[in-house]
Amino acid sequence: MTTVKNGSIAGNGTQATSPSIKMPTPGAGAAGVNIIGLVKADYKGLESTLCNGCGHDSISSQIITACYELGVKPERIVKFSGIGCSSKSPAYFMSRSFGFNALHGRMPSVAQGALMANHTLQGLGVSGDGDTGSIGLGQFMHLIRRNLRMVYIIENNGVYGLTKGQFSATADIGQELKYAGRNEFPPIDLCRAAIVADCGFVARSFAGDPKQVVTLLKAALSYRGTAVLDIISPCVTFNNRDDSTKSYSWGKAHDERINDFGFVMSQEEIQIDYAEGETKEVELFDGSKIVLKKLDGSHDPTDKQAALRLLTEAHDKQLFITGLLYINTERPNLAETYRLVKPIASYQQDKLRPSRESLQKIMSAMY
Amino acid sequence: MLRELTASTNANLVSEKPHPTLESNLAPSPREPIVNDFAITAATKNGSGSQTSNAILLRALFKMGIPVSGKNIFPSNIQGRPTWYTIRLSKDGYLARRETTEIMIVLNPDTVLEDHQNTAPGGVFMYADDIKLPVRRSDLHYYAIPVKEMARQHEADPKLRTYVANMVYVGAIAQLLGIDLDEIQAALMFHFKGKTKPVESNMKVVRAAAAWAAENLIKTDPYRVERMDKTKGQIMIDGNTAAALGAIYGGVGFVAWYPITPATSLADALNEYLPKLRIDPETQAPTYAVVQAEDELAALGMVIGAGWAGARAMTCTSGPGISLMAEFTGLGYFAEIPAVIWDVQRMGPATGLPTRVSQGDVIAAYWLGHGDTKHPVLLPGSVYECFEFGWRAFDLAERLQTPIFVLSDLDLGMNQWMSKPFDYPEEPMDRGKVLTEEQVNATRGFARYKDVDGDGIGWRTLPGNESPFAAYFTRGSGHNERAMLSERADDWENNMDRLARKFETARKLMPPPVIDMVEGAEIGIIGFGSTDPAIQEARAMLEAKGIRASYLRLRALPMNDDMTMFLAAHKRIYVVEMNSDAQLCQLIRLHSPKDAEKVRPANHSDGLPLTAHWITEEILYQETRH
Ligand SMILES: Cc1ncc(C[n+]2csc(CCOP(=O)(O)OP(=O)(O)O)c2C)c(N)n1
Ligand code: SF4
Ligand SMILES: [Mg+2]
Repeated sequence: MTTVKNGSIAGNGTQATSPSIKMPTPGAGAAGVNIIGLVKADYKGLESTLCNGCGHDSISSQIITACYELGVKPERIVKFSGIGCSSKSPAYFMSRSFGFNALHGRMPSVAQGALMANHTLQGLGVSGDGDTGSIGLGQFMHLIRRNLRMVYIIENNGVYGLTKGQFSATADIGQELKYAGRNEFPPIDLCRAAIVADCGFVARSFAGDPKQVVTLLKAALSYRGTAVLDIISPCVTFNNRDDSTKSYSWGKAHDERINDFGFVMSQEEIQIDYAEGETKEVELFDGSKIVLKKLDGSHDPTDKQAALRLLTEAHDKQLFITGLLYINTERPNLAETYRLVKPIASYQQDKLRPSRESLQKIMSAMY
Repeated sequence: MLRELTASTNANLVSEKPHPTLESNLAPSPREPIVNDFAITAATKNGSGSQTSNAILLRALFKMGIPVSGKNIFPSNIQGRPTWYTIRLSKDGYLARRETTEIMIVLNPDTVLEDHQNTAPGGVFMYADDIKLPVRRSDLHYYAIPVKEMARQHEADPKLRTYVANMVYVGAIAQLLGIDLDEIQAALMFHFKGKTKPVESNMKVVRAAAAWAAENLIKTDPYRVERMDKTKGQIMIDGNTAAALGAIYGGVGFVAWYPITPATSLADALNEYLPKLRIDPETQAPTYAVVQAEDELAALGMVIGAGWAGARAMTCTSGPGISLMAEFTGLGYFAEIPAVIWDVQRMGPATGLPTRVSQGDVIAAYWLGHGDTKHPVLLPGSVYECFEFGWRAFDLAERLQTPIFVLSDLDLGMNQWMSKPFDYPEEPMDRGKVLTEEQVNATRGFARYKDVDGDGIGWRTLPGNESPFAAYFTRGSGHNERAMLSERADDWENNMDRLARKFETARKLMPPPVIDMVEGAEIGIIGFGSTDPAIQEARAMLEAKGIRASYLRLRALPMNDDMTMFLAAHKRIYVVEMNSDAQLCQLIRLHSPKDAEKVRPANHSDGLPLTAHWITEEILYQETRH
């Protein structure tokens, strides 16, 4: 087993999850202003209506932090979601971004249409374990198969929050809940499913580990295709008992990090503390990089088979592993496959309506 | 239909006896020639390549200036099941299906008995000479053709012989009826897109078969074709290709679809023509994307996403796909997102008869969704209108910010129809109410669902609009004018009232019906879609019996005042449609409850295109009972 024990949940200090990789402080310069001149409040959303302490809210604030620190223009982000407590959350971050709260389980298709119509925008999707793992499993797999460029966050709490506590398909076998009774079926591991569908960016994290979530989000936003983040996000109302593997206390006690890594924006210089050869870099779509610290026994996320083995073992032993599971930057994304240059939605009549002569030609050929 | 014919022809059946190759010698003596006014049916097995032969015959006749139509009655199967293709020649220009066929060409031994029975008295029965006739009729002209032998002579590869066999009957029938071989060659050129090699090899078979027929067949039947000039300047095309071209000239930017008969050839045509017509000369990049989705549910989801983001987006499907699209259609209606949904109708419910025609989705499309939804529906009645509504649908969808259905059907979509050439869209594209960055900046925001113009349609912004005031959150849950989540009773009601106002705007914008008012006519006929030629012909048949009928061809839902006036102007109104529940009839009664009693269903649904004969008989029958 190649997991790395790391008792600390909250991560330390800088934006890297590893304390040994130093990253420049974002927004250096005017107080609170990021590289595109926006303050954090520019990334805010409406006030949340979720339960106090819901894991989904903490992920929303990590999204705000990641986008603010990355300096992404809110207007270049398009938010998507399905239906669920989790899927409500895009209203609670980045009000300056367009958002589409679609149907239950159908975020992938709506996102594909919108981001094919305008492939220059960055998709950021929030779904739930019910939304993705049950009703939306088919669209999830096909989205990944096509490799649409978007960040796909699963806020995974093992239950259906919005419909009040039924088991979801990611609940552990044998788990018991007050309302739902006993769960008799094994969970679907959505990270494993994603890798099977050839996803090139697969990570698992924990809402109680904001630093890791932010680092993964930044890397995911810079990724070429579909980036899947399965974030364990406790439902404080229906699934937060200490014996639940989706609870805060369980996460805090059992989170095993499988690797340490940092994220370096394309404009930044990498500052590393240790000798060459101790890190491995993976360059992302926009020139930014993931810097992986090579430790004895740490998981190499470029190794697909190792990732599948790791997940299978974690599945069988009910282990709570987090980190970057798999990365592959080779596969072209959907817009590249379709050779799109300008956004389809930007074309007007001059480019959309073929000439009068061309119709005449077709008509005379139809005799 | 089968029953009627069986009854009328049974008397002529005689028991099997050995017959010589050229029974035509035994047939009744020729009568007055019958010219350009009969039907030819080829009975073959599907997957045998007979489609090419039939298409060639159809186009050759068309090129001879004779009005023709072709109807393919095919099985839901890939290979080896019976298929019938009927070509109707009509010097008077009637193009609907007819129940009878005068010239039967039989290459499929499995259907020989019913084909035999379905040949009109005095007709021609041409068949492959290896088929054993179980019975013979004294009133038919028999021609046995050595199909296998000729195929063997022309094709060394046994696997390809069935294809060659089909060209044998083309040559033989051409000789028998007088179809110009040059036009057969021209039709082959059309079919093989100018590739001379396949044209030549097929022509060799056609010529040899024609020569054999000239030498060996003694013509005893009265059927002939003669050149006319009734197709000059016309085109012949199927409705699905017409629809695809319409969509392309309407600026379609995004297509998502899932394979289903009879809508697949619409997507095929998009894939054929888009790369030829829609490459941006500046970048060499496509100005479109076509995605084969994982199912129809995802297909419409993608279309809704693309329409929301500002592309002209469409899908094409048939009944089962429409069912899967219900939830997204409701979302599109309520979140007010443009989308175009082509429903090429087939026979349902369930899998139904997937290769047969019906008009059974009228109500499903009009009200698709849950919780108070209704949608504008376009009803093309010809291939010309498939093209026109192909582009117009996008203007309507973007103007009305809602899903628009276009109801075609298998007959219109998959069969070849004569038409005047399609007119280039003269109206500039209507991209609807979209705010630019400058406009939103100037007003420092906007209310997405506010009825500022009194037509029920709000202004929208598109993702990619970089004004910090442009974004809004689109959702299927209750919302107020500013697109904010709201569960307030007044917000809900105001929003639904506005949607109702928008539907009134749609009523004005949809294409009006085509009305032919007959002075003094007591009865009116209402129809839509592919039944138009049958209704036109039925009106002539009724008139011959002294019954004059006005005609309203509906081209869209919701209905407008033209319908109300038409109902008021007639004593009895017959609603002709191909479904079992008289769906349009029911909608008309709802549209004008005070006229409900005089609106009568004339609906029929057996999977085959409606005939003028059926409509005439049905109306005559109901008229005698009024
Ligand atoms: C077609 C359809 N079926 C059922 C529902 C009801 N529904 C709403 S949310 C939900 C489950 C959400 O669970 P999950 O995705 O895990 O989100 P969570 O609330 O746990 O964050 C269900 C079943 C629906 N909205 N639509
Ligand atoms: S029910 Fe659970 S998932 Fe939903 S808001 Fe409350 S804590 Fe969060
Ligand atoms: Mg959940």
